[in-house]
Amino acid sequence: MTAPVLEVRDLVKEYGEGEARVHALRGVSLTVERGDYVAVMGASGSGKSTLMNILGCLDVPSSGRYLIDGTDVGALSEGRLAVLRNRKIGFVFQSFNLIPRMSALANVELPMAYGGVGAPERRARALAALEQVGLADRVRHEPNELSGGQQQRVAVARALVTSPALLLADEPTGNLDTASTGDVLDIFDRLSASGRTIVIITHEDDVAARAKRVIRLVDGRIVEDRRRIPAGGPPPRAASGTGEDTAAGTVAGAAADVEAAG
Amino acid sequence: MSPFEILRFALRGLAANKLRSFLTTLGILIGVAAVILLVAFGEGASQGVQQSIQRLGANTLTISASFGGGGGGGGGARQQGGPRTQARQLTLEDARALADPAEAPSVKSVSPVVAAEAAVAVHDGASHALSQLIGTHPSYFEAVNKPVEAGAYFVNDDVLAARKVMVIGRTVAEALFGAVDPVGRQISVSGVPFTVVGVLKESGSSGMQDADDIAIAPLPAVQQSLTGFGPLGSIIVQATGADTTETAQAEVTALLNQRHGITPTGTADYRILNQAALQETVSSTIGTFTALLGAVAAISLLVGGIGITNIMLVTVTERTREIGIRKAIGAPRSAILGQFLVESTVLSLVGGLAGLLVAFVGTRFTVAGIDPVLVPSSIVLALGVSVGIGLFFGSYPANRAAKLRPIQALRHE
Ligand SMILES: Nc1ncnc2c1ncn2[C@@H]1O[C@H](COP(=O)(O)OP(=O)(O)OP(=O)(O)O)[C@@H](O)[C@H]1O
Ligand SMILES: [Mg+2]
Repeated sequence: MTAPVLEVRDLVKEYGEGEARVHALRGVSLTVERGDYVAVMGASGSGKSTLMNILGCLDVPSSGRYLIDGTDVGALSEGRLAVLRNRKIGFVFQSFNLIPRMSALANVELPMAYGGVGAPERRARALAALEQVGLADRVRHEPNELSGGQQQRVAVARALVTSPALLLADEPTGNLDTASTGDVLDIFDRLSASGRTIVIITHEDDVAARAKRVIRLVDGRIVEDRRRIPAGGPPPRAASGTGEDTAAGTVAGAAADVEAAG
Repeated sequence: MSPFEILRFALRGLAANKLRSFLTTLGILIGVAAVILLVAFGEGASQGVQQSIQRLGANTLTISASFGGGGGGGGGARQQGGPRTQARQLTLEDARALADPAEAPSVKSVSPVVAAEAAVAVHDGASHALSQLIGTHPSYFEAVNKPVEAGAYFVNDDVLAARKVMVIGRTVAEALFGAVDPVGRQISVSGVPFTVVGVLKESGSSGMQDADDIAIAPLPAVQQSLTGFGPLGSIIVQATGADTTETAQAEVTALLNQRHGITPTGTADYRILNQAALQETVSSTIGTFTALLGAVAAISLLVGGIGITNIMLVTVTERTREIGIRKAIGAPRSAILGQFLVESTVLSLVGGLAGLLVAFVGTRFTVAGIDPVLVPSSIVLALGVSVGIGLFFGSYPANRAAKLRPIQALRHE
C-alpha cells in the first residue's frame, strides 16, 4: 500500500495573541486514503475552514505535521509549495473566488498557465472541463455574467482541470439552491467514482450523505469519524440504493447519464 | 510560466483599468518630456549666448575709465583698496603706449574709441537716430569682428588726415538708403557731412541691442566734428592669441598703472573687461541655470514615479484577493512579482517613450529666440530614470503582494 494521500498529526492552529487568542484547531489527527470521499461537518466556528486551508496548503499550522503523499509539507520551500498547490490539489472555495473580468475559459485555463501547459492543450482541456460541468455554452462569460451555481461550477472546473489527486471543497454548495447543489454534487460523485480523493466541508446532512466517510468537528477536535463505505468502493449515490436519502433517484440517474456520456 | 505569458497577464491587468493606466503614463510622460526639453532649451540658450559673445570679437580686452566704486561686471578686473590718487581719464597717449611692442608684446592691436551721443544721420531727407556712432582706428574692425560687406574699411591715412569717411551698419544703410548702394554717398551727422566708404556685414541682433545700428568713422573726424578732443571712451586691445589674453591683460595693467601713477595698493581708475573671462562667466551662469531647470524637471519625473508607486500600491491592494486566488491555484511567487513589475515597467516605459516623442517634437520649435539643442545624455538619463522608477517603485508593492500567504491575501477585504 502506498502512503495515504493526506496525513495530519496533532494539528494545532491558534489565531491572535494573549487575550484575543483563539484555538481554532486543538490537535487534529486524520488519515485520508486514496479514493476516499470525506465530508467534514461541525458547528460554525468549529475549525472546519481552518483545517481545510491547511490541507490545501493555503495556511500553515501553529504546530503538528502534515504529509501529502508521504511528503512533509512543512519542509517544502515556497516554490515547491506552489507546484504542489498547482499539480496535486484542486480547491473549491465557498465563495467561488473566480478572478473578475476574466472569462470562464480564462479562469479555468489559469492553473494550467501557471503549470506550464502549452496554450492549445490548455484551451482544449479547459473546454473539456467546462463541458464536464455543463457550461459549454458559457465559456466566454465573465464571472459577473454567471449565476452563483454557474460560477461555482466554473470554480469546480478550475479545480479539476489539472486532474489533481486531491479535491478540497469548502462548503461548495453553501450558496447554491437545490438544483445547483445537485449539479455540483453530481460532479463530485463522478469524480469520486473515477478514483479522485475528495474532502468536502458541509453543514447539510444530505450533502454529507453522499460521502463515504463523515467526520465531525467540535471546538477544533474530531469527535466522530464514521465510515459508511470503504474508501475503494463507489460513492453511495452512484451505487444506487446504498444512499440514505431516498428522494434522490432522479438526480442519481442524471449523474449516471452524465458519467456514461463522459 | 513563460515571460510572454507574464507580459500577457500584465497587459490584461493594465487594460482592466485604462483611465488609471493612462493617467499614470501621463505623469511619467510629462516628467520625461520636461527633463529632455528643459535641458535642451538650457543647452540652446547657452550655445546661443556663446555664439553672440564670440561674435563680439575674440581675444579682446576692453579698457574703460572707472569712477567711483561701481562694481566691475563679469570679467572686469579691478584693483581694490587703498586711497585713490587723482583719477585720470584714458587718453590717446595711453593707447599709443599700449601699442608699443616692446612694452606689451602680447598686444596685437590697440584701438582708441570715442562714442558720440545721440547722433542723427540724415541723407536726402531720410533721417535716422544712430544708436552707436564710434570714432576709432581701422584695427577696431578686426578686434571686434566687424567685416565689411560692400566697399572698404577706412585706412590709417584717413585717420591721420581726419577724413570724414564712414562705415555704416546694415540697419543704418537700409534706413537711409533703402535699396540704393550707399557706398560713395554722403550722410550728414549733426550737420557734418561724411562719405560712406563701406557697409558692415550683417551680424544679427543679439539680445536687446541691434548690433547693425552702428556707424564707424576715423577717431579724429568724430572728435573734431562731434565729441571734441576730450578723453577716450574706451580702448579696445586685441591680444595676439587666445592664450595670450591673460598676459596681454597683465601687460596692459602694468603699463596703465605706471602711466596713471597707481601704486600696487591703490585703486585703479580704469577697468579691463576680458572677453574670454566674460564668456566663461556667462557660460558658467547658464550652466547653473540649465542645472536648475534640469532639477525642476527631475522633480516632476520623481513625482511621476511616486504616481506609479501610488497606482501600483492601489492596484495591488485592490487585487490582493486576486493575488490570493492566483497563489491558491499554484502561481509561483516569481509569476506574481513578474506580473506586477511588468505592469509598472510597461507604464513607465510607455510614458518615457511617449515623453521622448513629445520632447523630439518640442525641440523642433524655437521659443523666445532659443533654438533647443537635444542633449543625448539627458535622453538616456530621463529614459533610464523612468524605467528605473517603474522597477524600483513597482517592486515594493509587488514584492509585498507576492510574499503574502494565499489565505492572508484571500481574506483581504
Ligand atoms: N484569521 C483569523 N483570525 C482570528 N481568528 C480566526 C481566524 N480565522 C478563523 N478564526 C477563528 O477560528 C475559529 C474557527 O474558524 P473556522 O473558520 O475554521 O470555522 P468554521 O468551522 O469554518 O466555521 P463556519 O462553518 O462558520 O465556516 C473561529 O472561532 C474563528 O473565529
Ligand atoms: Mg468555514
